[in-house]
Amino acid sequence: MEIQKEEIIHIANLSNLNLSDAEVSKYTEDMKQIVEFANKVNEVDTSSVKETAFITDSVNVFRKDEVIKSMDRKELLQNAPSSNGEAYSIPHVL
Amino acid sequence: MDICRLTAHEIREKYHQKELTVVDVTKAYIEKIKQEDEKIHAIITVCEEEALKQAHEVQALFDQGEKLGRMAGIPIVIKDNICTKGIKTTCASKMLENFVSPYDATVIEKIKKEHAIIIAKANMDEFAMGGSTENSAFFKTKNPVNLSKVPGGSSGGSAAAVSSSMAPVALGSDTGGSIRQPASFCGIVGMKPTYGLVSRYGLVAFASSLDQIGPMTKDVEDNAMLLTYIAGHDEHDTTSSKKENVDYTKALTADVKGLKIGVPKEFMGEGVNSEVKESVLKAIDVLKAKGAVVEECSLPTAEYALPAYYIIACAEASSNLGRFDGIRYGYRTKNFENVHDIFANSRTEGFGPEVKRRILLGTYVLSSGYYDAYYKKAQKVRTVIKQEFDKAFQKYDVLITPTAPTTAFDIGSKINNPLEMYLSDLLTVSINIAGVPAISIPCGEDSEGLPIGMQVIGKHFDEETIYRVAYTYEQSEK
Repeated sequence: MEIQKEEIIHIANLSNLNLSDAEVSKYTEDMKQIVEFANKVNEVDTSSVKETAFITDSVNVFRKDEVIKSMDRKELLQNAPSSNGEAYSIPHVL
Repeated sequence: MDICRLTAHEIREKYHQKELTVVDVTKAYIEKIKQEDEKIHAIITVCEEEALKQAHEVQALFDQGEKLGRMAGIPIVIKDNICTKGIKTTCASKMLENFVSPYDATVIEKIKKEHAIIIAKANMDEFAMGGSTENSAFFKTKNPVNLSKVPGGSSGGSAAAVSSSMAPVALGSDTGGSIRQPASFCGIVGMKPTYGLVSRYGLVAFASSLDQIGPMTKDVEDNAMLLTYIAGHDEHDTTSSKKENVDYTKALTADVKGLKIGVPKEFMGEGVNSEVKESVLKAIDVLKAKGAVVEECSLPTAEYALPAYYIIACAEASSNLGRFDGIRYGYRTKNFENVHDIFANSRTEGFGPEVKRRILLGTYVLSSGYYDAYYKKAQKVRTVIKQEFDKAFQKYDVLITPTAPTTAFDIGSKINNPLEMYLSDLLTVSINIAGVPAISIPCGEDSEGLPIGMQVIGKHFDEETIYRVAYTYEQSEK
């Protein structure tokens, strides 16, 4: 099943990206090709294996539950596009 | 003496003989960047003031007779997706154009502790997505060997900087070939370490299960030295290995007698340029003459690594890049009435076309109805590929392949065809999928004079054998 424009519009919405009509057309064409290529994975017999998410053997690496010094608020807020000096500022949500 | 032609270990020797000072060397490289970068465009930020200040401090320590490590006073260029406190880290994206990290990445902390001198941050494909450094939001980097060619990518700025002697050493990052392919295209040495050997803390995440930071250098000795200092467990990166630290320079013996080399036939097949193939086979013959035992072998599922890679890497990227919301850091649109506008418009205006393409693909393969067919399936293919590498390494000490199917291609020749661009990762991605280490070292040039790279792949955490093979070849070609 080939990717349709409507699907690109749907996943762009999920991704919080606005696409122009021209971009929707372009990405639809690109994605048709790329997804067709990605479909090649179906040629591999994987009936007897489990998924590998991470290559290392480690699972659930815990750290001690200790209070440590965190980063300085002022320093962190320096990168914020908008703040009131103590917190990030955004338009009213409610 | 042309200071900028020296390797890091040669500079270190000159410091010891008191033939050069750290200030001389730092000034020489900064000057070189100012001259050369006008035509190459490898550098996003030059850290002149900080570098010179640090150079004076390190020289003062030398003058006081302090015993400093081997990286002391060595200028280094850092790929611009590795966080440096107080210096911009842009990821070559409009999204992070003015971002100044409030902390140092662990690798930066480590090299600062060793008194290395950060002189510049290097250009790259935006968020490390690309194979030509043409996806930088700021400018395209050119290949120093031939200015009409791409330097490769995504660590193209780092590779071009070392290749054109703007720095003796650099750090890059490699998710599917982003250290090795540009190293190959620019004629330098680039190592992608075992997943988990080097901390990823402070590396802006692209695909967290594949990303690794690694050294890019003029020769194998510098490479082994730099890796020695950046490797090691870090509590800030729970995927980093607790393995004991190794001095990789101790592995640099020019001896491969009895060593078993496998040459996977799938990596020498269709799509690999004949001049590239010939050069790599010649290099393998050199190792054979030195006593290595060479055999053809097979990794039958390797051809599925590339589609699996693009599914996994894009899935992880779409999730990782969700953090760019225009609220906490990075670009914020001027055009908004509500919070949703901030999210969508900031991302739309802040990300470039290739980043958007990969977010879309990643969101697609993770979306309901497709998750099992793509993401889960790709992770199973990953298991099969890993098993094949494990099996090959029961028989062989290293595997050797070309690094890239071609030499550096023309600027602009692949930028409009994403799939063709992805194919330049053909021979490197399976290594990230399996999590094993691999190096690219120069092994000749094609008829146009463009460098060819040979890829030496090793077992998990066996960077030492890789370095031994690379060093043996390099020394025999001197």
